Amino acid sequence: MGKARVTRKKSVIPGFGLTLGVTVAMLSLFVLIPLASVLAYSFRLSGQEFIRLMTRPNVVQAFATSIGCALAAALINCLFGTLLAWVLVRYDFPGKRLMDGMIELPFALPTAVAGITLTKMYSNNGFLGRALESVGIQAAYSKLGIVIAMVFIGIPFVTRAVQPVLEKLSPFYEEASMMLGASRLRTFCSVILPEIAPALLTGFGLALARGIGEYGSVIYISGNSEKNGTQVVSYIIMQKLNSGNVDYEGAAALALMLLIISFAMLFVLNIVQHAASRRTNA
Amino acid sequence: MNRRKDTLKKIGALAVASMLCAGMLAGCNGKHDDAGSSEGSDAKAITLTNVSYDPTRELYEEYNKIFAVHYEEETGSRIEVVQSHGGSGAQARSVIEGNDADVVTLALAHDITSIEEAGMIESDWMDEFEGNSSPYKSTIVLLVRKGNEKDIHDWDDLAKDGVDIIAPDPKSSGAADWGFLAMWNYAERKFDGDEQQVKDFVAKIYRNVLVMDSGARGSTTTFVENGQGDVLVAWENEALLSLTEYPEDYEIITPSVSILAEPSVAIVDENADRNGTQEAARAYLEYLYSDDAQRLIGENYYRPSNEAILEEFQDVFDLSVDLCTIDDFGGWNQAYADFFADDAIFDKIYSR
Amino acid sequence: MKKQSNPIVKWILIGTSAAFFLLMLVLPLFEVLYRSLKDGWELFSSALTAEYTLSALKVTLIATVFALAVNTLFGIMASWLLTKFDFRGKNILSALIDIPFSISPVIAGLAYIMTFGRSGWATPLLNQINELLGTDLSLVFSVPGVVLVTIFVTFPFISRETIPLLNTIGRDEEIAAAQMGASGLVIFRDITFPHMKWGLLYGMILCAARAFGEFGAVYAVSKARGKTFTLPLEIDALYMAGSADSITQAFAVSSLLVCMAVIMLVLKNIVEYHGKKKNAI
Repeated sequence: MGKARVTRKKSVIPGFGLTLGVTVAMLSLFVLIPLASVLAYSFRLSGQEFIRLMTRPNVVQAFATSIGCALAAALINCLFGTLLAWVLVRYDFPGKRLMDGMIELPFALPTAVAGITLTKMYSNNGFLGRALESVGIQAAYSKLGIVIAMVFIGIPFVTRAVQPVLEKLSPFYEEASMMLGASRLRTFCSVILPEIAPALLTGFGLALARGIGEYGSVIYISGNSEKNGTQVVSYIIMQKLNSGNVDYEGAAALALMLLIISFAMLFVLNIVQHAASRRTNA
Repeated sequence: MNRRKDTLKKIGALAVASMLCAGMLAGCNGKHDDAGSSEGSDAKAITLTNVSYDPTRELYEEYNKIFAVHYEEETGSRIEVVQSHGGSGAQARSVIEGNDADVVTLALAHDITSIEEAGMIESDWMDEFEGNSSPYKSTIVLLVRKGNEKDIHDWDDLAKDGVDIIAPDPKSSGAADWGFLAMWNYAERKFDGDEQQVKDFVAKIYRNVLVMDSGARGSTTTFVENGQGDVLVAWENEALLSLTEYPEDYEIITPSVSILAEPSVAIVDENADRNGTQEAARAYLEYLYSDDAQRLIGENYYRPSNEAILEEFQDVFDLSVDLCTIDDFGGWNQAYADFFADDAIFDKIYSR
Repeated sequence: MKKQSNPIVKWILIGTSAAFFLLMLVLPLFEVLYRSLKDGWELFSSALTAEYTLSALKVTLIATVFALAVNTLFGIMASWLLTKFDFRGKNILSALIDIPFSISPVIAGLAYIMTFGRSGWATPLLNQINELLGTDLSLVFSVPGVVLVTIFVTFPFISRETIPLLNTIGRDEEIAAAQMGASGLVIFRDITFPHMKWGLLYGMILCAARAFGEFGAVYAVSKARGKTFTLPLEIDALYMAGSADSITQAFAVSSLLVCMAVIMLVLKNIVEYHGKKKNAI
C-alpha cells in the first residue's frame, strides 16, 4: 500500500492521522489482506498455465455467459430502471410510495431465497414457467433464466442512481424543449439523457459488476449445463474448489480475472463520476 | 507539524490495534458461549463432527440418535453429533481447509485419500474398519417418470436422440463419478473394449445431459421437484427415497450393468487427536457395522455390508444386477487420474 | 402534474413500470409466502421453531451485529477521512473501499479460506496468537469465520451512504469550529454527526439487510448445520433435503427472511423520509 506516500494540503480539522490509520488498517485487515491471498495463489500458475486455463472451452464459455448475461441484464435494467425512476419522480399515482419503498427489495432479499423462488416460478411446473413454455420459451435452466435472476438483483442499482438526478432536473427544460416543437423522444434523447447519462452509467456499471460475479441467485436457475452454456464463472470457481482434485490455483486465477474485470469497471466508473462531479461543480 | 502528524498516526494505529483485540476477544467469547450453551449443564457431553456427502442426510439423522443411546449405555457419557453435508469432493476440501471433522463419511475413497495426502489421516485408514472401511454400499440406477415414455431400459437408451438426462457433474459429485464409470463399464463390454467407440458412446450420453448440478441432491431436486428431464442418473438410495416420497410418479430402471459404490469412512486423526475424540470417533464408526445400524442402513435404502442383513432387504434391492467394482478401473486414484482430473477423459469427451 | 403532459403516455409509462415492478419484485414475494403456507400452518410453525432454524437465526444475528458494529466504525472513520481532507491517493483509497461491493461473494469466502484456512499463510500466526492467549479461535468454519465474511461483503455499505452526504455538506463549519479551537471529538459530535446521522442509519439498515441474507461467501466458510449455519444456509439445506415437506419448510424459513427484509425496507423508508425532511429544512 502506498500509505506512506500520502501527502495533503494542510487542514485545520483534526483527526487526519486517526481516521487514516483506522481506515487503512480496517480496509487492509478485512478486505485487502484476504484478497491478497487470492492474488498470491493465482500467481502460482505460470503464464502458460494461466493462458491455458483461460482458453479452456468451458472457461471461455463461462466468461461469455457471465459477461453476456450480465450485459443483457444491465441493459434491461437501464431501460426499466430509468423508466421506474422517471415514473416515480414525475408522476403521482396510487401505490407510488409502496413502489418507491420496495425498489431495494433485491438488496434486502437473500440471494439464495431469490434464486430458489425464481427457479420455482420459472421452471415448467411453476406458473410463469408453464405460461412461457406454452409459447415455446424455456425460462429456467437456460440463459434467459440467468438474465432474469441478474435483472432481479440489479434493479435497484440503476433506479437509485438515476432517481436523484431526475429529481434535481427541472421539468422546465423539457417543457421548453417541447414548446420549441421537439418531439417527446427527441426531448428525452437530447435534453434528459445527457443529464442522467453519468448516473445511468454508474448504475449500469454497478449492475453489470454485480451480475458478472453473482452466485447465489444464479446457480439454482441456471441449470449449470456446459452443453447449454449456462455455467457462470462463479460456478466454475466453485466447481474447481469442489472437485476431488481441488484446484486452488485455477480457482484463484479465475477469481483474479473476475477481480480485474470488476476493478476495471469500478475504475472507469470513478473516472466517469469524477468527470460528472467536476462538471456539476463548475 | 510533522511530528504531530506522527503522533496522531501512532494514536490511530493504537486505536486500531486495541479495537482488533476487542473484536477478536469478543469473537472468542461468542464461540465459547456457543459451545457452552449447546452442551448444556452436562460437562461430560462429547461433540463429534461428522462430515459426510449429500444423500446421507436422512441416514445419519437417524443413526446419530441410535448411536447416542448406545454410547450413553456403554460409557455413560452423552454424545452429540454435528452433521455437515455437501458434495463429496467439496466436503473433503473443507476438511483439508480446517473444517473440524472428527470423522468423514464420504462418497468415494478418493476423497478420503486426498485428506490423507494432506497429512490428516493415517495412511492405513482403509484397513481400520471392516470391508475396506465401507460399512454400506450402493449402486447407480436410473429414475424415470411413470410410464417411461422415452422407453429407457438400459444405459444405451440414454444415448438415444431426444432423451433429456439429469445427472450431476463428475467434477464435483461422487455419485456422478460412480455413474460415469458404470456407463463406461457397460460400454466397454458392449464394444469389446474398443476405446474410441466407448468414448463416443459415453460422449453421446453426456451430450444428452440437460441439467448438470454440482451434487447428487441438486440433480434429484431438479428432476423431482422442478420437473426437468426424462431420466435421472442417481444413487440407488436417492432413487428409492424419491419413489417412497412419490410412489405414483416415478419408476426405477435398474441397468443391466452397474457399479458397486463403496462409500468410505475414516477417523480424521489430526482433528480427533486434538479434540480428544479418537475413542468416540472409533466407537461411532464401528457401531455402523452393528446389526441395529446395518438394519437402519437398509431401511434408508443403502445396501448393508453385512450379507445376512442384506438378504433381509432382498425385495428392496435388485440383487441380480451385474456390478463391477472400482478395482476394475485400477482403484480410485487411478480412475480419478484417468477420467476426472483436468484434461482427462471426461474433459476431452465433454467439451470437444 | 404538468399541463401538457399527455395522460396516455403517462399511464402507459406507469403501467409498464408497474407491470415490471409486479412481475420482478412483488410476485417473488408472494411466491415465497404462498409456498411456505400451502401445506398448512403447522408445518410452517414447526419449520420456524426447529432447533436448526433457531440456531441459524442466532448465528445470523451474531454476524449481523458484528458486521454493523465494525462497519459503522469504519463508515464514520472513512467518511471523515475522505470528506474532510485532501490527500494523494484519496481516489485510489475510495475505489479500494468499494471493492467488496462488486466482488463475487464466492471470492470473498475463498479469500478467507486461503488466508486463515488450515493451509492458509496466516494460520501459523493465528496459532501463535491462540497459544499466547490460551484460546482456540478459528477464523474459518466457525462462527467468527461467518462474522468475518459477513463483515467483508457488507464492508462499504455504510461509508457509501455517508461519504456522498458529507461531501455535499462541505467542510466549512468544521473548519470554522477548528479555528475556534474546538477539539476533533467536539466537532464531530456537534457538527458532523448531526449531518450524517440519517445517512449513517440508512447505511446501517442496508448493511443489516445484506448481512442477514449473504449466501455465497458464508457458504464457503460454514459447514456445520446447527452450529455455524446462517438462515440462508439453513434454507439451502432444507431445499436440498429434497422431500416435498422440506421444500415447504425451506420456503417457511425463507418467509422469515422475507419478513426481516420487509422490516428493513420499512425502516429504510422511515429513515429516508426523516433524512429528506431534515435536509429540506
